[in-house]
Amino acid sequence: MTTETNIELAKINRAARVNNAKRLGKFLALRIVMLFLTIVVGIYITILIANMGGYVDTIMRNEIRERVNQQVAAMTASEPMSTEGRSDLVEQMIDIEETRLGLDTPFVLRSFRFLGNALTLNLGRAVHMVSDHGSRAVRNIILERLPATLLLTGVSQLFLFFSTVFLALMLSRHYGSFWDKLIITLSPTSSAPPWFYGIFLILLFAAVLKILPFSGMVSAPPPKETGAYILDVLKHLILPASSLILSSFFISIYNWRTFFLIYSSEDYVDMAKAKGLPSRDIERRYILRPTLPTIITNFALIIIGLFTGATITETVFLWPGLGRTIFRAISLYDTPVIVGTTIIYAYLLAFTVFFLDFIYAIVDPRVKVGGGNS
Amino acid sequence: MTNFKNTLKEISRYPSAIFGMIIILLLVALALYAVFTIPYDEAVRLWRGGEDTVYRNPKNAPPSWFNNFTDKSLPISVAVVAGEDEEFTKVVTPGVEGSSIEYEYSFDFQYDEYPQELFLYIQADYQVKNPFISVTLETPGGEEIRISDFGTSARQTYRFSQDDRLQTRLRRLHGREVLPIQGLFSVPESDPLVINKGVYTLKILASTFEENSDVRIEFVSHGLVFGMFGTDHMRRDLTTAILWGAPIALAFGLLAAASTSVITMLIAAIGAWFGGWVDELIQRITEVNLVIPFFSVLIMVGTFYSRSIWLILGVTIALSIFTGAIKTNRAIFLQVKESTYIEAARAYGASDGRIIVRYLVPRIIPLLIPGLVSAVPSYVFLEASLALLGLGDPTLPTWGKVINDAYTNGALYRGQFYWILEPAILLMITGLGFAMLGFALDRIFNPRLRGM
Repeated sequence: MTTETNIELAKINRAARVNNAKRLGKFLALRIVMLFLTIVVGIYITILIANMGGYVDTIMRNEIRERVNQQVAAMTASEPMSTEGRSDLVEQMIDIEETRLGLDTPFVLRSFRFLGNALTLNLGRAVHMVSDHGSRAVRNIILERLPATLLLTGVSQLFLFFSTVFLALMLSRHYGSFWDKLIITLSPTSSAPPWFYGIFLILLFAAVLKILPFSGMVSAPPPKETGAYILDVLKHLILPASSLILSSFFISIYNWRTFFLIYSSEDYVDMAKAKGLPSRDIERRYILRPTLPTIITNFALIIIGLFTGATITETVFLWPGLGRTIFRAISLYDTPVIVGTTIIYAYLLAFTVFFLDFIYAIVDPRVKVGGGNS
Repeated sequence: MTNFKNTLKEISRYPSAIFGMIIILLLVALALYAVFTIPYDEAVRLWRGGEDTVYRNPKNAPPSWFNNFTDKSLPISVAVVAGEDEEFTKVVTPGVEGSSIEYEYSFDFQYDEYPQELFLYIQADYQVKNPFISVTLETPGGEEIRISDFGTSARQTYRFSQDDRLQTRLRRLHGREVLPIQGLFSVPESDPLVINKGVYTLKILASTFEENSDVRIEFVSHGLVFGMFGTDHMRRDLTTAILWGAPIALAFGLLAAASTSVITMLIAAIGAWFGGWVDELIQRITEVNLVIPFFSVLIMVGTFYSRSIWLILGVTIALSIFTGAIKTNRAIFLQVKESTYIEAARAYGASDGRIIVRYLVPRIIPLLIPGLVSAVPSYVFLEASLALLGLGDPTLPTWGKVINDAYTNGALYRGQFYWILEPAILLMITGLGFAMLGFALDRIFNPRLRGM
């Protein structure tokens, strides 16, 4: 090869690279804008629903009126005061309270302010709810509950993910065996949600056998030593975690197994078998490699799913997690808390979706960020 | 037709599919039975409770068949009306003015526990002079215990356990203070109390003082077990909820699953066929829907707006349309769209609507059915989940509501397992039935899964 052709080639390469970079940049910009718009619309709809399209304002106004009336009645009980003076005082106090809560601006304007605050992660203050440390900041309320939720969902979902993928790989190796058939037979049991298994587990292990606690996260009073405390929490964790695991264990194995089987029936796998490659290599290079994007996507979605909590399981087991906080926030019409949890999830989801594109390109050489040469 | 037959033949090769179908058919039968034996209004009325509907029922009583599994035999709840039920005889002897009426009811008491409470519900017809009633109970030993004598009003309830004078008389009989119900059914002067098993006879004599004056007496014994399914904390018969749970669960699950999958499919077909901005819009809505928290929105709707099951159903469907399924369907439609027969249809001038409905949609139906059947349990359980959070329809008796009642009233702590297990097992059977059939259908219709 001459130097000239080499230079020519390098030029073409550079042009292609610049072209690639341009396309990539355009694609990324478009992607970010689209994802952001998606979040904006999704969050705005959530804000509208959480405020009942402004009706929550009416509820809050009535609450304020009632509270102020009581306050004024108590304040002026022992002093002579005309009815008019009293009602003037009531109106004044209501005005102050409504201004404090921002109820003096129309809901449409406020809904956009809510949206702006949510998008800038300025979560604001809760209307009614207070964190255990006495803070009204939504951030504190959420952060306080997050560890408990992450403990529960993290332990169960990570265990679920790794154990089912591993078992599914084993099963796909000898499909049609007794264990394979057993899993297929058992997979319809996953139609029941975790709380359903939770109730049975409580019944069996707490009510009848009396070896595990009914609910909660620690005994009351909590043990003083750290070691004993951890053991106590783990003991309380067993039932809720197993109900979360149990409810999707078999279906997960079944789905992964079917997924691996589809890939292991490809011609190139047969070819590799014919060549006499060891089965370990076939599994790693020919089956796991092409399924990697799906596995990673699943894992990423599981990770962000950890942050939403498990509302009903937490309610059934009285687990002090985020899911229960959301439920409580909804029953208290505490919209800042509802919107706060939603926006966090929305951002996590958007980031994950965004980065998955890159991860695909890394693990799968056939995939190009920005969709190839089209 | 041959296609259908082939499918049936395929299905019969999967035992789980047959099993699932049998379960579904049984559930449908149960649902129809419920709807025909207890009309809707009657079910709502019974579930609302109130003294008129529940006075015969004890509180928190397990079902009667419970006795087969316990070493102690628990008293069964009884309600008999004099003259109407055979065992409770009513003999009227006319007198000069008015008449004397003798009531007699014999029952064999062979239980190891005392009943919760005994009642006499009395309705008397009279103008001015009210009838006089005297009640005695003959024990197996032949002893006659005088229970009470009183002039009755038009409607009167006599509670055995609340009668102080009866307690005084029983103290004399036993030589120490005993509760009336326990005193009545125990061997005299036994310490600790021993239940006196045998035939008891309740004798009531009513004297009326007017012509056409009559007394209707109903004897009600609140045992420790009741009926086929037991009762809850509000003394409601769980039969209503257990029976009516079936049609509600089936209606909710099937409606939600069917409308979601059909609408999703149609929208995917429209998007794939027209392409361009229509397709783009559908994709974007799907992505927005991914951000909106499904379960939180349902809780919000339940808390803020209404708990009516139909509204919840509507919202569930609306939120479940634009999900991942739309992308799967769209991918298949995009493939089908390029087929030559579609081109042919286009060539002869078929309209867009005709192509979508007659050419695109039928191709995907085999893939739609397994998904539809498998989705039913998740919607059935969704309704139960909302009920568990206290967001169930307040008027309707559903399985989820029974579980919620049981859970919030500490059935697990107090060992009232029947209360949770009855609806839970039915829910589980429903879920299993549809899931098993759906799984088998998936393996039949989905060629990639065949033989796996």
